[in-house]
Amino acid sequence: MGLIDIARSKSPWILHFDAGACNGCDIELLACLTPVYDVERFGIINIGNPKHADVLLVTGTVNKRSARVLRNLYDQMPEPKAVVAIGACALSGGVFHQCYNILGGVDSVLPVDVYVPGCAPKPEAIIEGVVMALGKMQEREHARKRGAA
Amino acid sequence: MAQRTVIPFGPQHPVLPEPIQLKLTLKDEIVEEALPHIGYVHRGVEKAAERMDYTQNVFLVERICGICSFIHALCYCQGLERLMGLEVPRRAAYLRVIWSELHRLQSHHLWLGLYADAFGFESLFMEFWRSREMLMDIFEKTAGSRVIISACCIGGVRRDISDQHLQETLETLKMLEAAFDKSSEVMLNDYTVKKRTVGKGILPADKAILLGAAGPVLRASGVEQDARQTGFAAYDELRVEPVVETAGDCYARAKVRIRECRQSLDLVRRAIAGLPDTDIAVRPKGRPNGRTISRVEQPRGELLYFLAANGTQKLDRLRVRTPTFANVAPLVHMLPGCEVADVPVIVLSIDPCISCTER
Ligand code: SF4
Repeated sequence: MGLIDIARSKSPWILHFDAGACNGCDIELLACLTPVYDVERFGIINIGNPKHADVLLVTGTVNKRSARVLRNLYDQMPEPKAVVAIGACALSGGVFHQCYNILGGVDSVLPVDVYVPGCAPKPEAIIEGVVMALGKMQEREHARKRGAA
Repeated sequence: MAQRTVIPFGPQHPVLPEPIQLKLTLKDEIVEEALPHIGYVHRGVEKAAERMDYTQNVFLVERICGICSFIHALCYCQGLERLMGLEVPRRAAYLRVIWSELHRLQSHHLWLGLYADAFGFESLFMEFWRSREMLMDIFEKTAGSRVIISACCIGGVRRDISDQHLQETLETLKMLEAAFDKSSEVMLNDYTVKKRTVGKGILPADKAILLGAAGPVLRASGVEQDARQTGFAAYDELRVEPVVETAGDCYARAKVRIRECRQSLDLVRRAIAGLPDTDIAVRPKGRPNGRTISRVEQPRGELLYFLAANGTQKLDRLRVRTPTFANVAPLVHMLPGCEVADVPVIVLSIDPCISCTER
């Protein structure tokens, strides 16, 4: 494992995008950053710039307008990257699955690595989701390196 | 000649938890025009509400906004109760007040934190959010869930709060108040904080009325209006005096919310002290028929539902008017003339809730 890999697994930076959530998931995600849950002790930092981020956290259903922004953010993130879908809405559309403006869950636009169910999921569940995403990211990176070697 | 530049603010921006885009036309550092672009979280809840059963809609409207979910459900249930001629038991009305006020406290704490973050005071953000967790614990204890509590149902409330939990709630509120005293003191009196907020984004009273501002934005401009004065739920017995400030700037808006937190603390205590001992719900009979309007006060201002029912299981129309929607026009009025660095503070000072606005 190279130096960059170690740094990434010890301090993943996250980017949050609300693609059409009711806010419930967003505030639970923000709560993860605050003293009671404090993900910064794992080195996780919430960052506004997609070019610095390793993990993209998406809350809410994807609608016709936010799909473009979501795609755009994802494309700007450097490899390796992981996507975590948070909440029933991001999984499948949740209560809104029948609404006319909804495309569906996040996986209708992006490849999703980890699904965190719940409406809204508790902060503990969200943290676990991020940690799982890191594992997956590492695995993929190793596979890629083996393939290249 | 200074050059005009157009800068997009959002839809993905560190100070905004939600996507809204403002196109700012700048002349040097000064904002000349702000144009909001919305639609990033539009889902189509109003239409979906026509397709679902009227009892299922309670869960749908709760998910219009996760921050004040209980109050959305309350507004909807209240409208249907009027159409169906249901009399809500007094204990349920009091419990509704308790949960509503706890939601207001939670929402204001959330806002105070985000607001502190907007001017870069991260430790204050952490302080408010730490206290907020106490409120989340109360929700989890009394209703079983942290965010969307689903405690309101047509005809009353779904669950009772036991005496032990009421006692524990009071104790938690005591701790909360002590923490709140400390952090609100900083918000109101700190030299640097005042530099960033006093005199920024002024909205005069006549403009506030003309542009249809709502809630704390309206009250910070000196207009005395609060939907709780109409006496829904148990507010007819637990009287509420609107909290009013006159300066109309960002500082006044923060002050109104801080004073409202104290008011909510007081209301919860009064409601717990006077909690009557009756049933918590009546069984709804028949189907709703007719049209009505239901008004409640959300943390962000007045929320209004228009319901049209036709005697079947499905509603003809559900129209929602949310406070943030009303506050976008005043915001567009406040921004021109301010510096770019103040934009996040002014935008946050209206407490935007985009998922309410766009539904
Ligand atoms: S999953 Fe639930 S809490 Fe999360 S955005 Fe959807 S409706 Fe809101």
